Amino acid sequence: MQNAPTRQDLIDFVVLESQLLDEKRFDEWNALFTDDAYYWVPLAQDQADGINQTSHLYEDKLLRDLRVARLKSPRAFSQQPPSRCHHLLQTPVIVRYEPQANEYLVRTQFHYTELQVDEQNQFVGTFFHTLTMRGDELRMTLKRVNLLNSDSALPAIQLFI
Amino acid sequence: MNPSYRGNPQAVRNLVRADRVHRDLYISEEIFTLEQEHFFSNTWNYLGHESQIPLAGDYITTELAGQPLLLVRQADGSVRVLKNRCAHKGARLVICPAGSAGKYLRCPYHAWVYRIDGSLQSVPLKKGYEGTSLYECEAGQGLAVIQHVHLYRGFIFAKLNDAGADFQTYFADSLSSIDNMADRSPQGELEVVGPPLRFTHNCNWKMFVENLNDTMHPMVVHESSAGTAKSMWAGQPADAVKPMAIEQFLPFMSDYKFFEDMGVRVFDNGHSFTGVNFSIHSNYSGIPEYEAAMQAAHGAQRTAQILGMARHNTVYYPNLTIKGAIQTIRVVKPLAVDRTVVESWTFRLKGAPPLLLQRTAMYNRLINSPFSVVGHDDLYAYRSIQTGLHAGGNEWVSLHRNYDPAEIDRHDQVTVGTSELPMRNQYRTWVNYMTATM
Ligand code: FES
Ligand SMILES: [Fe+2]
Repeated sequence: MQNAPTRQDLIDFVVLESQLLDEKRFDEWNALFTDDAYYWVPLAQDQADGINQTSHLYEDKLLRDLRVARLKSPRAFSQQPPSRCHHLLQTPVIVRYEPQANEYLVRTQFHYTELQVDEQNQFVGTFFHTLTMRGDELRMTLKRVNLLNSDSALPAIQLFI
Repeated sequence: MNPSYRGNPQAVRNLVRADRVHRDLYISEEIFTLEQEHFFSNTWNYLGHESQIPLAGDYITTELAGQPLLLVRQADGSVRVLKNRCAHKGARLVICPAGSAGKYLRCPYHAWVYRIDGSLQSVPLKKGYEGTSLYECEAGQGLAVIQHVHLYRGFIFAKLNDAGADFQTYFADSLSSIDNMADRSPQGELEVVGPPLRFTHNCNWKMFVENLNDTMHPMVVHESSAGTAKSMWAGQPADAVKPMAIEQFLPFMSDYKFFEDMGVRVFDNGHSFTGVNFSIHSNYSGIPEYEAAMQAAHGAQRTAQILGMARHNTVYYPNLTIKGAIQTIRVVKPLAVDRTVVESWTFRLKGAPPLLLQRTAMYNRLINSPFSVVGHDDLYAYRSIQTGLHAGGNEWVSLHRNYDPAEIDRHDQVTVGTSELPMRNQYRTWVNYMTATM
């Protein structure tokens, strides 16, 4: 086993991931995923998978690339004017630390705010980051976002939680 | 336009012209209140699917025309729709979106107990009512039962008022879209999977419903999403296998001619569907295992007929819109003049391989989720109208495209897919059902 991250590395990764989103560095953010990774916002509480029932989001590389590219389009009308977002995180907790399997799971409570002009929406929930080392870098294989109100009627959420 | 519409059906009629409608349809709070009292009470509305309540005592709650309702599966297999309002002091009998009542509904406030057909079973300390007129009054009659309920291929519809057409007359041949959706199951049956996506739209409900047959907008509004998908896919060899998401996004960028040639069929009572000849759902890759299951169940010829019918959106006016070809439905819940919740449900074709459900689940999240890059730009347009209509000077919404005075007397017509006839037809219906009980 080589290149095992420290526990602090895992925590720093999760904090950086949110920071990139808040700073709208979406390409850098997207590069934090492995090519076979998913970014997932389930619809049901305790949803077992993202395939056999619908979700708010279940995005592979293609769909993440599309979402990031769309935000650069001058025809992304719903982003006129652009939204801003803010992630407030509680200290991440390491749930699984398995250097042998090269798999790490980090759980983080969050408070997400998205703003467009005078409309500000807030969401709370829990992130689950499944991480792995690729060479010398930590990468996400799955970012799962459990929203407290996943099955409520929600307004448009346009950036990345 | 008018200081008061209440008790003034002529003023309501004046809002709808042959080729345009007044902005008050979308922005007047009084019109919204009257819609709940009259329009949504006189029309047939979709309430739920029977697969949500498979066993006796199973219930779902919903609301129609601002009224809380309870749908309960009865011991004999039928479905009853009750007002979710205790006959005593008005508490809702159940609050959960879905559950099982067993044999009785017991009010959580003072424990009046009802049978699941709504009749009153017992009241605590009965003797307190001796010598009173309780049993001659409304309270003694139990829960109010909706008289006009109809199940069609598992879809449960109801009409609150006695006014208006019976179910068959109301929907007539438009029901063929529901048939096609159910016929796509090798067993001829559909099943709801998972909770619905619930997306709050800060606009009037009509903008959403109109948009379902508005084929002039996709290539404009969805350029940033579907157009980006198209440019991401550009450069791929012609025979490259498209990922499912690409396959679902690309047709949104079809040109005007495509949508024109798609055709629209318009029925009495506001119903219509785009995609008479083909649609954005026509060219999805085949799923051999599914086609084999269909052929085994229905035969080759009938299968070709069923799968060859790939309609775009069918509007069951006013609150249901379906996509039979991809097995999703969208249900409109108007909350206020400028606030609507759109619920998007995922259906499984019973007896079909899992890939069909996976395709439906993907389509639903790509297009209908509150996170959808397609939905964001649609909503932007609706919100924009909701605000823009407050501008004075021009109080009318133009629906002139392909207007022909002869269309008014036709009962079932097919025309170019880009016509605004479906909207004109919706508002002719709207004014009828709005004023029928005024
Ligand atoms: S309100 Fe239901 S028993 Fe009193
Ligand atoms: Fe659209």
